[in-house]
Amino acid sequence: MAPEPVSAEELYRRKIVGVNDRTVTHVSSTNFPGHYPGENHAWDLEEFRNSFQVQFHKSAATKPHELTTFSLIGIDASIANAFRRILLAEIPTIAIEDVFVHNNTSIIQDEVLAHRLGLIPLTGNYAAIMAMDFKRPPTDAEPEGQKPTDQNTILLNLKIACEWAEGAKKLLEKHQADDIDKLYVNHNVYANDIIFTPIGRQINEFSEEKGPIRPVSPEILIAKMRPGQEINLEMHARKGRGGDHAKFSPVATASYRLMPTIDIVKPILGDDARKFARCFPKHVIGLEQFTEDDAAKAGDGYEEHVGEKKAVVKNAFNDTVSRECLRHPEFQDKVKLGRVRDHFIFSVETTGQYPSDELFIMSVRALAAKTNKIRRHLANVLR
Amino acid sequence: MATQVPGTQDETMPDAPGNENADGQDEDTIIGREDLVVRVLPGASDTAASFEIEHEDHTLGNSLRYMIMKNPEVELCGYSIPHPAEDKMNLRIQTYEGTTVYEALEKGLDDLKDLCDVVLEKFEAARDDYNERQL
Repeated sequence: MAPEPVSAEELYRRKIVGVNDRTVTHVSSTNFPGHYPGENHAWDLEEFRNSFQVQFHKSAATKPHELTTFSLIGIDASIANAFRRILLAEIPTIAIEDVFVHNNTSIIQDEVLAHRLGLIPLTGNYAAIMAMDFKRPPTDAEPEGQKPTDQNTILLNLKIACEWAEGAKKLLEKHQADDIDKLYVNHNVYANDIIFTPIGRQINEFSEEKGPIRPVSPEILIAKMRPGQEINLEMHARKGRGGDHAKFSPVATASYRLMPTIDIVKPILGDDARKFARCFPKHVIGLEQFTEDDAAKAGDGYEEHVGEKKAVVKNAFNDTVSRECLRHPEFQDKVKLGRVRDHFIFSVETTGQYPSDELFIMSVRALAAKTNKIRRHLANVLR
Repeated sequence: MATQVPGTQDETMPDAPGNENADGQDEDTIIGREDLVVRVLPGASDTAASFEIEHEDHTLGNSLRYMIMKNPEVELCGYSIPHPAEDKMNLRIQTYEGTTVYEALEKGLDDLKDLCDVVLEKFEAARDDYNERQL
């Protein structure tokens, strides 16, 4: 059965999710075998290779740890969503998991302090972090859990005591004590005060040149103290998944949106065009001269408008699809909003442990690894 | 709170024997699950069966369902998470005569793997191209 040729308009119609003032239309993919009589739609790797595109909009390569945005064009929502879910929950990172409190006389309770420490994003030589092992959780056979080693545990220390600054007493006597930074030393405990203690092969892998383990942001405030108080604790960071605890998630955000479309069906002219442009974010709609050609194309009754300004779509990418233009009666039936079903604009922002573009690559690898694993398992078990 | 001498109760931390995942690309290192179980649920025939896959969720469920539905020999494919507190995913496949659910599942997994390879290849090319233009 030879597939019948499908017109370009029909293909475009199938690709667009309609956005109306109160409803959405054509939300589901229809590219399955048997959906359209006489059409194939079977999975074809070569066809996918030819149609699938990646476009970069912003990369973190020049500015590490910043937002990376890119588009995946020609892929199904189920797969784009799998990448997003893996980014959030399945790429392992290291975070502080065990805190051994030797002394804590600050006003922050041990458990609250431990929780705060766990949430501090750590960074370092990311290839070495990637190569670290998971620490096996306790089981019946191993009730204590796996022993910490240099391959599954990062050792960190925080030892800090708050004291009076030199000459503080004099300032107090003179009633000049309004600047607390002159009165106390170490009264603010920052993430920077956490000290990494490399053990075993970590001495080489997390050396000063390769990148020692350190907090991504040195100025995270951990606790506040007053003279006489001190914090002295040992921390074990280990590998975990975002699915188990959000502190292990490698991304601050990983999300996608669909590419917006704005179709101006009938000309929008003059003051209406200016009002129309104001319904959208800046530079999404532009104004151009309405020419005789346009008037001829638009049909009867437009000749007198030649020379006025008309609204044209300049940059639908930046539209937020607020649907504001659909609230005004003067644009009724003149504009159609939509989104491209298979154009995903991803934005990935790392917490700093891995570069954001590397994270997406890891998510694709992780999905491939999942399929491999089940495939091997099937071969062993089912037959 | 008594001030205790740090480290008195602690054992020293041993070094791990050898590095098993030296390249850092091992599948278990990426996913962190070793105990995957796939089971065929009772009532299965060659052309209609339900699989129970442990430690998987919508991530693999929906993408695998899509790839299996792209196979013209498959009559139906669907997945469900029977209960949110149980870490398992059920996958239902029904095929037309002439193939089996096992073949359909294996083809789905292979197709998904191929797709990932293409995405990876195109993503890396696009990234390198973009970075080159920025410099």
